[in-house]
Amino acid sequence: MEMRILGVPVTILTIWSISLSSGFITWIAVRLPLEGEVAAPGAPWPLPQQWNTSSRQMTIDPAFNFVFASNLTDCDVLDGAFERYGRWIQLDSAARPHDNLTRVERIDVRVANAAGCTAFPSIDDDESYSLTITGSSTAVLNSPTVWGALRGLETFSQLIYLSDDKKYLINFTSIVDFPRFSYRGLMIDTARHYYPLNTIIRILDAMSWDKLNVLRWHIVDDQSFPYESTTYPNLSFHGAYSAYHVYSQENVTRVIAEARLRGIRVIPEFDAPGHTWSWGKAFPVLLTPCWGNGTQGGPHVPNYPKHGPQEILNPILESTYAFMEGLYEEIVQKFPDDYVHLGMEEVYYACWESNPNISQWMAANNLTHIKQVEAYYIMRLFNITSRLQRPIKRIIWQEPVDNNLAVPKVDTLVEMWKDVTNGASANTTWQEYTLATAQKGYNMILSAPWYLNFISYGQDWKNYYQVEPTNFTANVTLQALLKGGEACVWSEYIDSSNFLSVVWPRASAVAERLWSSRAVTDVNTAQYRLDQQRCRMIRRGVPAKPILNGYCGDYEWDVRPE
Amino acid sequence: MLSMASSPLLVVVTVVVLRNTFQFRASGSTCDILYEAFDRYYRIVFDKFTVRRGKKRLQFVPAAKRLSSLDVAVQNPCERYPSLEMDESYDLSVSQSGATLTAPAIWGALRGLETFSQLIYFSSDGYLQINLTEISDQPRFRWRGILLDTSRHFLPKEIIYQNLDAMAFNKINVFHWHIVDDNSFPYQSRDFPEMSIKGAYDPYTHVYTQGDVSDVIEYARLRGIRVTAEFDTPGHSQSWGNAITYLLTKCYSGGHFNGNYGPIDPTVSTTYQFLDSFIKELSEVFKDHYLHLGGDEVSFDCWKSNPNITDFMKKMGFGSDYSKLENHYMAKLLEIVDRHKTGAVVWQDVIDNGVQLHPDTVVEIWRDKEQAELAKVTASGLRAILSSPWYLDYIGYGEQWESYYKYEPINFNGTDAQKALVIGGEACLWAEYVDSTNVISRLWPRASAVAERLWSPKTVTDMNSASSRIEEHRCRMVRRGINAEPAIGPGFCPYEAYSGGE
Repeated sequence: MEMRILGVPVTILTIWSISLSSGFITWIAVRLPLEGEVAAPGAPWPLPQQWNTSSRQMTIDPAFNFVFASNLTDCDVLDGAFERYGRWIQLDSAARPHDNLTRVERIDVRVANAAGCTAFPSIDDDESYSLTITGSSTAVLNSPTVWGALRGLETFSQLIYLSDDKKYLINFTSIVDFPRFSYRGLMIDTARHYYPLNTIIRILDAMSWDKLNVLRWHIVDDQSFPYESTTYPNLSFHGAYSAYHVYSQENVTRVIAEARLRGIRVIPEFDAPGHTWSWGKAFPVLLTPCWGNGTQGGPHVPNYPKHGPQEILNPILESTYAFMEGLYEEIVQKFPDDYVHLGMEEVYYACWESNPNISQWMAANNLTHIKQVEAYYIMRLFNITSRLQRPIKRIIWQEPVDNNLAVPKVDTLVEMWKDVTNGASANTTWQEYTLATAQKGYNMILSAPWYLNFISYGQDWKNYYQVEPTNFTANVTLQALLKGGEACVWSEYIDSSNFLSVVWPRASAVAERLWSSRAVTDVNTAQYRLDQQRCRMIRRGVPAKPILNGYCGDYEWDVRPE
Repeated sequence: MLSMASSPLLVVVTVVVLRNTFQFRASGSTCDILYEAFDRYYRIVFDKFTVRRGKKRLQFVPAAKRLSSLDVAVQNPCERYPSLEMDESYDLSVSQSGATLTAPAIWGALRGLETFSQLIYFSSDGYLQINLTEISDQPRFRWRGILLDTSRHFLPKEIIYQNLDAMAFNKINVFHWHIVDDNSFPYQSRDFPEMSIKGAYDPYTHVYTQGDVSDVIEYARLRGIRVTAEFDTPGHSQSWGNAITYLLTKCYSGGHFNGNYGPIDPTVSTTYQFLDSFIKELSEVFKDHYLHLGGDEVSFDCWKSNPNITDFMKKMGFGSDYSKLENHYMAKLLEIVDRHKTGAVVWQDVIDNGVQLHPDTVVEIWRDKEQAELAKVTASGLRAILSSPWYLDYIGYGEQWESYYKYEPINFNGTDAQKALVIGGEACLWAEYVDSTNVISRLWPRASAVAERLWSPKTVTDMNSASSRIEEHRCRMVRRGINAEPAIGPGFCPYEAYSGGE
């Protein structure tokens, strides 16, 4: 039985009965039978755009007789991928190839353009690929770029599964695949809690399994400044939690390099002008002294518990901008991506308004509203970041656009994060905000429905999965302004103790929404593939949590000796 | 957690604890439990502390400023297994002339060693230090439990060990092992091995063998933790029926067996013959006096549909009151348990349905309106443990531990005698969405809040003190290899959690 499927994926059930590489979710059938169509073993996540599968099977001997080959030589991105996937397709040390089936002995990775071998991934990359396993001992993976080849290798690795007697199987398959959105991010926050380097690398691994392609690194915030700057080393010397809680230049280089090998961009955020309390530990002059409620108490009176005595940059001092120029010159040299996130959310007007020096400065400059001060800061930062030695593009949180400030549209992405469901907005939904921003003509990314730090009992991944990012409008021109989205993991209550199991497989739900066709919406059918994906992650060393009662074949997460 | 009477001196005087000169010494009764504990706490105190700070050159410490030993005097001979009646009190004194730990029973010595290990901290100049301290301590409640559910998801033995470690760090003394349920039957029975062959998720990898069970009991025993197993019936037993095919009630629709099974069939003698043999096995395998019999959430629908049960109801004169049938089952089950000299714990549903219980039965309260239920249960003279406020599987954003901590377990109108019948409580972590990937970080340190509520005096309610101590304690657990999650918002541990990998 072979069937061609276009756009809308359908799995064709084969002769499988039990597969050890699959997950098993259960419910007590008498009372609450599970709905949806059970996925065949070796079902990929996120779902490819076109997936033609068949009941005809081949086998594979990944441990002893399998070769990754490519038309490109000396390409570290491919070499790294071949090493990783060489490991990850070995599902079980006791598994063997099937005796009576043809073996896939080789995968030919044909890449049209070798540019990625010497470059970093970018938002314009073509991540499409095609993959065929059709009876020949050679599987063929075609892609215009090495980045597409990485996505195809991931899919290939997911197609491999084990029979109940531990024989490797892979079905005849032909896949044509490409992402729906070019920006598919995961935001991590290393300021509320610090993540050791090994945790970040495991996050990158798990992202690559979900075909996520942007690590959005909210690297500093009020609470701590772990980035070890070469220009201003005192920032982390005084602003980090401790001398051990820093990212050295070597650490950052390593994260960027590991991310690149997985086709993942690293976009840092040095959030300002708000959220900068930790910057003031080393450079108190950067911050605006807050004058209580403006009439009493004098300077340095905090408005606890929401605000400290000073936590927002002083927008009227030239020294602030000279400092920022120095910092951004370093950032754009250090972080190779075209984009840098400038932050700009949650500006604490009350502090600026309370400060008499700012009032005087406003009067001297004929400014009448505090928003004009915010606009001034934004204008200065856009100017600074436009004339750096390496010009960059910018991402900002949505507030400056909400406030109708003059934010340049060219080379700007506005991150939509406010919604009634995440407590950031009282009445306005993310759809309303997004429509308003689109109507102003901005390109956007969406994170409002995907604040994964807000945990709750049960299957909240279904909520993330069922979000349709473009349903803020029926106008396709406006819809096209949305370039993707990201899951945000703010780390007030998350650190390396729980990150991986809190975030996965919930982030996988976001990943499929951003990669797969818009028509892929059946959450009940998706749950079986998602369970396979979470079990796959466990096997590969990331403790993704369960989505329902059940188990992962004969394999469970266990305590490993250190 | 806070001790009954702790009197830190006004001027904090510290002495230094050095790895190469410090030793634990037994000056009273000794046994394997004590020696194993010495070994454990020596590693806890010294190993992880020195991992990261080794670069610092330390100065010579004169003998007068060194703490050279902790003398542990256990006054009575060691008991083999912890029990509900065990004495966990202890006195701990750290002075410049030395440190002593005195306890009537070995169990108190374990609690005191844990406290001693927590008093030692890392000074800014690179030494392990301990303040001069006098502590006199004992638990408020004698039943302080954690429920883990190994049926919805299987937990490998290593994870159970890790939890037992964490329980010891929190002076929790009961591992309530909800070992089987509808979903799977991972207990590999000695006398009915087909139950796990047919009822486990995987008959080879997702089972607890007899060896595993005795390993867990032994691991717990050495930490002063009881293992109270739960074999929940007559509901929650779908997985039993895979092997014991005559056990479950056949459900009918339209006058015919519809292929589904309900609770255990309470009307046939084969049920009780099986239960007699099985309970006999459990009473021998599990060393604790108490066995949890479950008895919760029995659905009467299937019983109502079955014509044989209808006949039985008629014969027994039960009318249409199916709780009388449940009563009949529980009475016979309790008789069996009694015959095998085992104590029983049941969920509150049993007493709510009017079942007559033996006076030594412990009733576990899990539904809401729990204080009224406590009043009712204790008024009938039965002992109660409480878990309603502490269902830790219901996660939410933020600092949930605060509400667990603030909950006062005895808050009903009743006599002192009634209140004395509330013997403790349990934090429950049902496993619909929990397995070995997240059980540790989800349980800890939220369960630490429950642990302090059950150990420390009723008057210990200061949230500010608790906040800073619970975060320090969670970092302590992290350093000891337990991936306890952040408790109080942004911050850091000197030694961050290891999430695997390189």
